[in-house]
Amino acid sequence: MSILVDENTKLLVQGITGSEGSFHTQRCIEYGTKVVAGVTPGKGGSQHLGVPVFNTVEKAMAETGANASLMFVPPAFAADGILEAIDAGMSLVVCITEGIPVLDMVKVHRYLKGKSTRLIGPNCPGVMSPGKCKAGIMVGEIHLSGNVGVVSRSGTLTYDVVSQLTSLGIGQSTCVGIGGDALPGSTFVDILELFEADQDTKAVVLIGEIGGTMEQEAAEFISRKMTKPVVAFVAGSTAPPGKRMGHAGAIITGSAGKASEKIKALSQAGAIIAPNPAEIGLTTKKVLESL
Amino acid sequence: MKIHEYQAKALLAQYGIPVPRGKVASTPAEAREIAAQIGSKVVIKAQVHAGGRGKAGGIKTVNSPAEAEKAASQLIGTRLVTHQTGSEGVPVSKVLVEEASDVAREIYLSILVDGSSRLPVMMASEAGGMEIEEVAQASPEKIFRSHIDPAIGFQPFQGRKLAYGMNLDGGQVGEATRLMTSLYKLFIDKDCSLAEINPLVVTAEGKLLALDAKLNFDDNALYRHKDIQELQDKEQEEPLEIQARDWGINNYVKMDGDIGCMVNGAGLAMAVNDLIQYCGGRAANFLDIGTLNNTGRVVNSFKMFIADPRIKAVLVNIFGGMARVDVIAKGIVEAYQQMNIPFPIVIRLAGTNLEEGQRILAESGISFIQAEDFYDGAHKVVKAAKGVTK
Repeated sequence: MSILVDENTKLLVQGITGSEGSFHTQRCIEYGTKVVAGVTPGKGGSQHLGVPVFNTVEKAMAETGANASLMFVPPAFAADGILEAIDAGMSLVVCITEGIPVLDMVKVHRYLKGKSTRLIGPNCPGVMSPGKCKAGIMVGEIHLSGNVGVVSRSGTLTYDVVSQLTSLGIGQSTCVGIGGDALPGSTFVDILELFEADQDTKAVVLIGEIGGTMEQEAAEFISRKMTKPVVAFVAGSTAPPGKRMGHAGAIITGSAGKASEKIKALSQAGAIIAPNPAEIGLTTKKVLESL
Repeated sequence: MKIHEYQAKALLAQYGIPVPRGKVASTPAEAREIAAQIGSKVVIKAQVHAGGRGKAGGIKTVNSPAEAEKAASQLIGTRLVTHQTGSEGVPVSKVLVEEASDVAREIYLSILVDGSSRLPVMMASEAGGMEIEEVAQASPEKIFRSHIDPAIGFQPFQGRKLAYGMNLDGGQVGEATRLMTSLYKLFIDKDCSLAEINPLVVTAEGKLLALDAKLNFDDNALYRHKDIQELQDKEQEEPLEIQARDWGINNYVKMDGDIGCMVNGAGLAMAVNDLIQYCGGRAANFLDIGTLNNTGRVVNSFKMFIADPRIKAVLVNIFGGMARVDVIAKGIVEAYQQMNIPFPIVIRLAGTNLEEGQRILAESGISFIQAEDFYDGAHKVVKAAKGVTK
């Protein structure tokens, strides 16, 4: 098993005809993902990369049975694209777009309340269930199918961690990039909950970073609900306060935002803290051996 | 993005929020003139993008136009060092000259977006004039919060709740509610990330007045606010960071070490800096090169390293995903061809088009230290920065 995406995922790509949309849709198809539809307003009725293109998400879903959306819509229009997918009743929306205004996301979150859609991202690499479905921009080849769940606020750091795991022979059930924005659609707690319930996930690797309090909330969940071991790393121990470190959400504005505070909370909750980012794979290996 | 206090107060005034009478001055003579126009005791406030000005001597109360001129001359052209700036401080090129107010009480008011509830939250406290973090630690019961539903906006009952929480009374409650409603409108209209009035004062006559104001804006929303973009003051920012942006490197942060770093991805870039410290070194910068389709930004990153006299060695750590390793490798070779690189370069490459990238580097004949993995790269660059070659 896996979480969020698997061999039954029928993917729709919003913004399929743009340059990034095209490039990554092609990669997803090559990986074996079932890409059933694309949406670009004004280009409905055409074909792109062998995939039928529709004007609206609603129409695309009705015609193809798409059950997940991958978004490459530019930042100024992305929130509207997410709202469209929520309105159409899409069960999973994975938004890759970086740079969506925070107040646009406030509206999206308000609209999500009471709806059945799960949002991953924005500003994320996507979701990958190795051997089953790649719904994102991550490098396919570095993954290996297995029993470790990965959840992260980062993109390339996750690639590094996944390749550490794979080179040690440790496969992944699903890798979820929740994104680097301040208001992610799904939080660490949301994804930990799914991994805890997934019978094929035996342990979880959590990669946090400075800013916000999501790691503290994850720590709370780990200590109360999690029976599976969690290996954790928090990036940004050396980051100066008040400076935005690339990601919109990676900024220390209060003491809770510091890496040291997050590591303390996770450690007290029983997570196993990797001593440095290059040893996350090794730390996971030791944890798996002790099970 | 940050703006100055005088700019923030002008925006507050546009939204009907009362601010003290005053004007900004760029010269001591102007300060004198403004003080004469105001005609009473005035306050001279250094305009810098940093808090803690009062304790650092950046705010002076004076009794005459002549004193105003003198106080302004002591501030304009200097650098102010506060607990929020580095030891170099920030330049003062303007002062705000304001009518001094008779303060009965200082309270606190702010709006920001709360990450946990994903809603804007109005925060109010009767402990004004202090940093809110300190209040949160020392007496959290003194902070009142009201989450705002974006579908209906800020409601009068929320204003009353907060106003009574701050122990306001009589007409002040209605006045405060109107003020909060206006502040929320400003926050939404201009895509603020923080709108803070600290202190909001109750004057001796019982009126509310925004004595200080801080407005920060969401960088991702600036594209739809040309008026706010124009308020940017580059002088207040770190020169290396401005240089980086001019060269197309948007995610560059100056740090205090001597090892230059070029990384793709923000999380990986932070982790590289952490790992360098773990290995006993200090990064000179955070640099996320982002996704690229051409070599220009790689070459410009090397220009940044050359422009930074502190650099003793450089680590390039790329895990190609969207960014392709071969493009990065070409960029590195171009940089070597265009400039004389006086420090050792450690290169770790992985991911998309790795083999092609390695071939480009090998065939170019450039001299660099190859790293096998993430740890090896950090370890080797720390040694290189310390002058250890083997």
